[in-house]
Amino acid sequence: MAATTNTLNPDADRAAPSAAQSLPDWLNRIHPAVWLLALFLLFVPAFTNDFIQLQVFGWAFVLGMIALSLMFLAGYGGMVSLVQMTVAGCAGYMYAIFGHSAFMEVSLGWPWWATIPIALIIAVLFGTISGALAVRTEGIYTIMITLAIASAFFYFTRQNYTIFNGFSGFNAVRPPPLFGVDWKQATPFYYLSLFFATLSFLAVLYVSRSSFGLALQGVRDNARRMEALGFNVTAHRIAAYSFAALIAAVAGILLTWLNGQISPGTAGIGPVIDILIIAVVGGLRHPIGPFIGALIYVVLRTFALDALVAVGIAGERFQLLIGLGFLLIVLFSPDGVLGLWSRWRARLRKRRSEL
Amino acid sequence: MASVAERLSAAGTANALELRGVSRLFGALVALDDVTMSVRPGERRAVLGSNGAGKTTLFNAVTGDFPPSSGVIRFFGEDITWFPPHERIRRGLRRTYQISLLFGDLSVLDNVYLACRGVSRGRFSLLRPRRNDALMQSAIELVEAVHLSAVRERLVAQLSYGEQRQLEIALALAGAPRFILFDEPAAGLAPGERAELVEILSSLPRHIGYIIIEHDMDVALRVAESVSMMHNGRILKEGTPAEIESDREVQELYLGGGHG
Repeated sequence: MAATTNTLNPDADRAAPSAAQSLPDWLNRIHPAVWLLALFLLFVPAFTNDFIQLQVFGWAFVLGMIALSLMFLAGYGGMVSLVQMTVAGCAGYMYAIFGHSAFMEVSLGWPWWATIPIALIIAVLFGTISGALAVRTEGIYTIMITLAIASAFFYFTRQNYTIFNGFSGFNAVRPPPLFGVDWKQATPFYYLSLFFATLSFLAVLYVSRSSFGLALQGVRDNARRMEALGFNVTAHRIAAYSFAALIAAVAGILLTWLNGQISPGTAGIGPVIDILIIAVVGGLRHPIGPFIGALIYVVLRTFALDALVAVGIAGERFQLLIGLGFLLIVLFSPDGVLGLWSRWRARLRKRRSEL
Repeated sequence: MASVAERLSAAGTANALELRGVSRLFGALVALDDVTMSVRPGERRAVLGSNGAGKTTLFNAVTGDFPPSSGVIRFFGEDITWFPPHERIRRGLRRTYQISLLFGDLSVLDNVYLACRGVSRGRFSLLRPRRNDALMQSAIELVEAVHLSAVRERLVAQLSYGEQRQLEIALALAGAPRFILFDEPAAGLAPGERAELVEILSSLPRHIGYIIIEHDMDVALRVAESVSMMHNGRILKEGTPAEIESDREVQELYLGGGHG
């Protein structure tokens, strides 16, 4: 997490121009706290049970990836897209429809090496088309139009039985037994989702300083000036949707494996809003934010019920506790946990300089 | 200075910029009224006029920020009237803004790098720029050309006003500009900074023509070889700086009594 300040500061990257040539120098720039976090995440399965690995960390990684795709669009592109959960759902549906499920009347039963690429391509196309519809709007209208697309997808999948199998969706959707591993088991899935979460996190971090990422931030800050510098602002925004859709699509397939099923409710209005909450609570300023938000969300969702029962309140009020938790975070820090963190560091630094 | 004939033959016969009957309406307001003007390649022209005369609207019509309501705009012979702004920029047209439009959260070098990237290929590249990339090198040179090397890594939001104006010019010089529109580049500058600006403008390669909107006659007449006088959205007079200065109508309208 301490790397956040390192990469948030553009000068830090410039300070070591030869970083790309010499590996040790590049490694030196990684903060010790990042090594500790990496070590911790690698050894989580050694001291946790299946439930924690799957229901807490597995979910946090997958939801974090979907929220990351929202953070990429909102944080770097200034476009709040509510369609990211739907893109994930689309990928999950495509995997189930082209591959195997309990409902083989619809599922085509194609092998995994065909199903996964097709699912990703269709989901990215869907995300790109949604983006193309949304990019000509700004602010609240972007939110409205992407929410409209998400709602349309939800109702369409619920009512269409010939392709999407309506209300019940597809059950028994499994990951392929690659390398002889059952990826649905807790520890394999933990590492699988950790791998893709880390990959997408690093990809967003890297791309944010690429030509494309810099230009996207330019479009966010001043679209008119970017046009006057020779950039096709509309094309740039749509491309950002494609990139974000790829991350959401990968997460969508993981989500389907984790759930073992995909149904309209997976990408219903509730989950769509949850992704926004996760991203905002974590913070939109750095790609680590969505993962922090996802972890908080999953922990609250998983343990709120038990906590309430423990103090003698009816368990079905657990949503109330979740809501209160988010309200408190946003109340004290409108820019999420990341904002809380950077303010705390600033105060610490100030106190140190006063001493 | 090369003769007009020499420069014409060097750049072909087409004018760098040609406006035919260009008008721009904002509701009932006629901001540009049937403007016809042509600027040769390499020519440096000042556009004078009081506030509301239509100078910035003229620039916005040429760059496509606000396309004209009617009329034709040609850029080196090509009809660009309905091109989107970025297509005009990629053809070698550049502009600066009266109120700096910069990227405050990016460093000076990143701002210039973006401008270089905007008029070259690889705009969608997912790779990070390296210090020894050709494009990054030209960005570094450009920062030096506008005397900003000392603050190259600083965030633009932290620059002084004068430095931001210089950066504004650097963005317009990225790539291979053929014609630049400067919108009041000297506005708000200290005398020393004005001298620096005049130096930067005078040291531009001869083939780059420009139009400069400038209220400061000292600056305008030192960097321009022809002058267009605008009034109420129309071109009132065109001529050499000396002709315009001595024109009685212009004096009454703009220069007041004996300022020039």
